[in-house]
Amino acid sequence: MKFIKLMSLIIFGVSLFTVSANARDTIKIVGSSTVYPYATVVAERFGKSKFNTPIIESTGTGGGMKLFCAGVGTEHPDITNASRKIKNEEIALCAKNGVTDIIEITIGNDGLTLAHSLDAANANFNQEQLFLALAEKIPSNGKLIDNPYVKWSDIDSSLPNHKIEILIAPPTSGTRDAWNSLIMVKGCKASGAYKIWETEGENAKKKCSIVREDGGAIEAGENDTLIVQKLAEDPERFGYFGYSYLLANEDKIKASSIAGIQPSLEGIQDYSYPIARPLQFYVKKAHVGVVPGIKEFLKIFTSEDAMGPDGYLTDIGLVALDDVSADAVRSAAINLETLK
Amino acid sequence: MSFVNLNDNNLQKRLSREFRFKVYCIMAMTFALGFVLFLFTSIFSTGYSAFYKTMIPIEISLSSVVSDSNSFALMTNEEINDLSIYSLSKKNIYNLFPNITDRKEKKEILKIFSYEFEDEIKNFLKDNKENINDINIIYLTASDDIDQLHKGNFPRDIPEKRRRLSDLQLSFYDELILENKIETEFNFPFFTRGDSREPELAGIGGALAGSFFTIIVVLILSLPFGLLAAIYLQEFAPQNKFTDFIEININNLAAVPSIVFGLLGLGILLNTFGMPRSTALVGGVTLSLMTLPTIIIATRAALRAVPPSIREAALAVGATRMQAVMHHVVPVAMPGSLTGAIIGIAQALGETAPLLLIGMVAFVVDVPSTPVDPSASLPVQIYLWAESAERGFVEKTSATIMMLLGLLIILNLTAVIIRRKFETKW
Repeated sequence: MKFIKLMSLIIFGVSLFTVSANARDTIKIVGSSTVYPYATVVAERFGKSKFNTPIIESTGTGGGMKLFCAGVGTEHPDITNASRKIKNEEIALCAKNGVTDIIEITIGNDGLTLAHSLDAANANFNQEQLFLALAEKIPSNGKLIDNPYVKWSDIDSSLPNHKIEILIAPPTSGTRDAWNSLIMVKGCKASGAYKIWETEGENAKKKCSIVREDGGAIEAGENDTLIVQKLAEDPERFGYFGYSYLLANEDKIKASSIAGIQPSLEGIQDYSYPIARPLQFYVKKAHVGVVPGIKEFLKIFTSEDAMGPDGYLTDIGLVALDDVSADAVRSAAINLETLK
Repeated sequence: MSFVNLNDNNLQKRLSREFRFKVYCIMAMTFALGFVLFLFTSIFSTGYSAFYKTMIPIEISLSSVVSDSNSFALMTNEEINDLSIYSLSKKNIYNLFPNITDRKEKKEILKIFSYEFEDEIKNFLKDNKENINDINIIYLTASDDIDQLHKGNFPRDIPEKRRRLSDLQLSFYDELILENKIETEFNFPFFTRGDSREPELAGIGGALAGSFFTIIVVLILSLPFGLLAAIYLQEFAPQNKFTDFIEININNLAAVPSIVFGLLGLGILLNTFGMPRSTALVGGVTLSLMTLPTIIIATRAALRAVPPSIREAALAVGATRMQAVMHHVVPVAMPGSLTGAIIGIAQALGETAPLLLIGMVAFVVDVPSTPVDPSASLPVQIYLWAESAERGFVEKTSATIMMLLGLLIILNLTAVIIRRKFETKW
């Protein structure tokens, strides 16, 4: 029958298409949802040059690393965005799959922002108080007990007198990793729990980051816009995300102070704001020259117009690097310096 | 005992019971309708404003770029692209507010326009090569903040620090309003452009094309396979344990959650066969696995509804089995199976979960032109925009939902019409 012949021809044609599509002329980027807004803005402007607009998938930092480290070759992504530094085990995974020369480009800084509704009274926490509010086990008389705190004021009378409720990022997110190392582990050390875990022979860093499961900590997914909405609805809720989300929603939410300091551009740039972190992306050196445009993409991303103090990335919330670090990053981008 | 007892004491009771039952039914229906109405009004009321956009006309004098404005008629599009008019455009934009001289304040003027103003001016030049005057009125897209303010989505009466727009920018806006220089027009680019990080420039063109290619792939794969499998199972296959087993499996497949097909696509299509990530081709293949059982089941039901006398008559006059089936049974069953196919396609069109796993949740600016170009699809575009921080995406999200709902309604309506028009009653 003609019909069947036609169909088999079409299917054959489609499968041929697939084979030819494996040579790629568009940069592929995966990774952090915090870096996604910045990377997409740069990609869009980059696409106006003679190169194709890069394709960017928001997979979370952990998911991005997994895809990035899967191997060398055009079926794997060229760049992964990360809202934390690459971990040693990830470098090892990369090396196992042949991804050895990795270029690290720091694009700027971000401050983790603990925010709540504008209707709520201003709040101020230190890392220990946040740890005590969130952790599964807390120290009491030299022993670890299940977290007994229900209200913030149970922890310290200066804190708000209502239920503890914090929306937290999912475990695959780099924001959660940053929160763990900047808040949970530090608070754990300050409260004394860290030492107890160590004497018990446990991996203290890991144990300190375990959150309570009795409703005080609510896992809220990667969607930061949704978190903003939920915070605006209920003045007793807190949530955390990147600084850019605070800037875009200042008519709905405000930031709590951390150890008495409000997040600000200056404070995040010089790290006087205690929970600032660098944002970066990682590039596969083996793909430079194979996929066209990677070098030029690095150049435009690190340019003064993009990540400089007056650049278009700062307009949407990126905190620029200081001049010295920015110069170092630029030279790394031009010379394709790899991680040691 | 009589069957009609008009003095039956029960009658009143039975009638009022019937009445109560009807009231319950109507209440249930109103409840469901109310939900639909609520959903539609909430989506439409936030989404309709995305269909127009805010423009600001500015006067551009080109005398410093070319000596004679007629010379544009001789230029090719490439030559116009290569013109360097960035600083000229800026100067002309600053002229909108001649009493602003401070460098920092001038920058704030720029921010009430979309960052693509240079391209917009060039496009104007390309489209109107023959009619360029020394001074031209060109409509530039306003930035999303001004756009949202104009549409009433930004509160003004809050402290400056909490606003996206500074006091200065608000005064610009008020001045422009007084001079009647803020206009709205139908947002045509919304339907043709790809995704963008700037809400005022973002469009669903890329997602529409992506959905289109995905559906084409689904059609090419699932329609012939689905029809052939159904015809074989219904008309040719022997009734035994093996075909029963197949039938049970097909029915099960139709009930499998769609995310499982996504995992399958990730594991087999991407990892084993190395098909390109984020493309309509992979999306289509994955989704056709999902539509296949729907089509098979619907086609089989349609074939089963054809009376055996048709087949027997054909066989009796000497037709082969295939002739009987292809000439007589299938044409009659076609409306039924097409309805099934359309419903399957409608399902595939609205599906997101499997696409998340095969990388179609990507930022794609260029509108795809083949099934192997990276692309998004309509439901995925909704997901991506719902995640974005900028306020302008709220209305875009709702508008995209409206588009998707519209397409689904058209598809389902077609299914109904086909069934009504071509169905044979026995």
